[in-house]
Amino acid sequence: MNNVFVYCEIEGTTVQEVSQELLTKGRKLANQLNVELHAVVAGTGIKDKVESQILPYGVDKLFVFDAEGLFPYTSAPHTDILVKLFKEEQPQIALMGATVIGRDLGPRVSSSLCSGLTADCTQLEIGDFDDKKTGKHYSNLLYQIRPAFGGNIVATIVNADNRPQMATVRSGVMLREILDPDYKGEVVYSDVAKYVPEVDFVVKVIDRQVEAAQNNLKGAPIVLAGGYGMGSKEGFQMLFDLAKELHAEVGASRAAVDAGWVDHDRQVGQTGVTVHPKVYIACGISGQIQHIAGMQDAGIIISVNNDSDAPINTIADYVINGTVEEVIPKMIKYYKQNSK
Amino acid sequence: MKLKIVVLAKQVPDTRNVGKDAMTAEGTVNRAALPAIFNPEDLNALEQALRLKDQFPGSKVGILTMGPPRAGEIIREGLYRGADTGWLLTDRKFAGADTLATSYALSMAIKKIGHVDLVIGGRQAIDGDTAQVGPQVAQKLGLNQVTYAEEILKVEDDKVTIRRHIDGGVETVVAPMPVLVTVNGTAAPARPCNAKLVMKYKYARCPMELKGDEPWTELYAQRPYLTLNQWCVADVNGDEIQCGLSGSPTKVKAVQNIIFQAKESKTITSSDDDVNALMKELISEKIIG
Repeated sequence: MNNVFVYCEIEGTTVQEVSQELLTKGRKLANQLNVELHAVVAGTGIKDKVESQILPYGVDKLFVFDAEGLFPYTSAPHTDILVKLFKEEQPQIALMGATVIGRDLGPRVSSSLCSGLTADCTQLEIGDFDDKKTGKHYSNLLYQIRPAFGGNIVATIVNADNRPQMATVRSGVMLREILDPDYKGEVVYSDVAKYVPEVDFVVKVIDRQVEAAQNNLKGAPIVLAGGYGMGSKEGFQMLFDLAKELHAEVGASRAAVDAGWVDHDRQVGQTGVTVHPKVYIACGISGQIQHIAGMQDAGIIISVNNDSDAPINTIADYVINGTVEEVIPKMIKYYKQNSK
Repeated sequence: MKLKIVVLAKQVPDTRNVGKDAMTAEGTVNRAALPAIFNPEDLNALEQALRLKDQFPGSKVGILTMGPPRAGEIIREGLYRGADTGWLLTDRKFAGADTLATSYALSMAIKKIGHVDLVIGGRQAIDGDTAQVGPQVAQKLGLNQVTYAEEILKVEDDKVTIRRHIDGGVETVVAPMPVLVTVNGTAAPARPCNAKLVMKYKYARCPMELKGDEPWTELYAQRPYLTLNQWCVADVNGDEIQCGLSGSPTKVKAVQNIIFQAKESKTITSSDDDVNALMKELISEKIIG
């Protein structure tokens, strides 16, 4: 009862990184609250394959649901597993990745349990809350912190009365760290039929094509990112040219992705990828908080912008005041000259 | 086969044009201060619904939205593009709703509409980006669900075949109706407004949108289709406690304006000399290269 739960997402028999990141965060939260960290995983043919990918993150108890039809993921069976398990186990916190699966599953579970859910959190902390309307004091709630609306604010959300307190977090936001390779956690192999009625399997996946990621944005040491200031799809090509020279990976702001200049999987920020590169070069990016949330931990930030008041300049180590059309070709030219 | 389709739509502040007074002191959105638009992905959802209507003549498409009276605007916009009807959920008791309270209200309205084959909405709204309301509605109604849809490929034998995006790929799923589908922004764009339909529905209003002194007031008696459906909590047999602020488990504890920790930054111009010097510095300090 009252523990911290993490839903572990799988592809085949591989536990996703985002889930391991959440296990690491969940372990810290559990320590602070002096409770246990529990995990749940559901799939097909996963027994004896997933345990070693989950327990070392400090999981005290792992619930494994292994049966035909649980992979590939469909909404109803996974929802029913979590809803019933949470009713039995009464966790105080439940975390899952803000992935396609997590964002399909989380809301169904929260809807069924009438518990609050906050999407795409960038920080999770424990703290107290005084409800001014009712005068009630709550201690040790989960602060679900996320940039909100328009980009100028960060909101701290709490779920005062309903349990579990649910949150989704994007991949790369939390750090992944094995606690102890030999961590001794209990493993429970649950009877799937007790949780999932046959009628849950009516939605069928008839074709599925998954490719490995097209880019290595998350792990790249140098990220070269373009924003709306790049002006066009052709303008973006300049970034790919410079990236080739620098052995960098190309990222983008949401504005550039929405404009259709670059694929969505290159979006850096709260609703995209969070990056921790050695160097982040922001070209024509004004720097809304949702974007900054995804790159502020970069070692060195360079901003190329013709607007000297662009918010991103305030967190940049180097600001190049000029248009991207002018500056980027020069960067390519002088990089080539000097690197030889 | 005739389908009954409800399109979930939201009127959202246009976050591309955000001003300083966009937030209230309580940390909720000050909608009055912002231009309001049809949530972009809900337009993609409407298009999928209209394509089914084209394919299965006699099908009906209705727009369901919750919001202040002015949200009637997006019902009209839906009618201009080919929807048949609309319902506006408006009531002060709905105000302050988080995603859960919103999904409760919408699910009660869909129950009242009754016998719906498909509920189609956008993946998420641009003012919240949560993508939660669709699945929460599906759960409350016990509907099958397909999120992140790219295209509804076919409807046959009471089953819908849908191509959808997943992390790192695509998959095709078959789901029996009734089903709730959420549609991505990369799906086909909505058809434009049809001039004849604009003429027909120009004066369509929800009762609360009217002041009563409009020069065209007598039209409402002659043309019943100009009066749009407007429902309050009681109209959808809603439980007030589960609506609005009281039905919202998530509370905003604090809202902070962001003040960036200003770093000591080095500003240079775009001149050849400056860029050259910077590249030299970055290379010599092994920052790049």
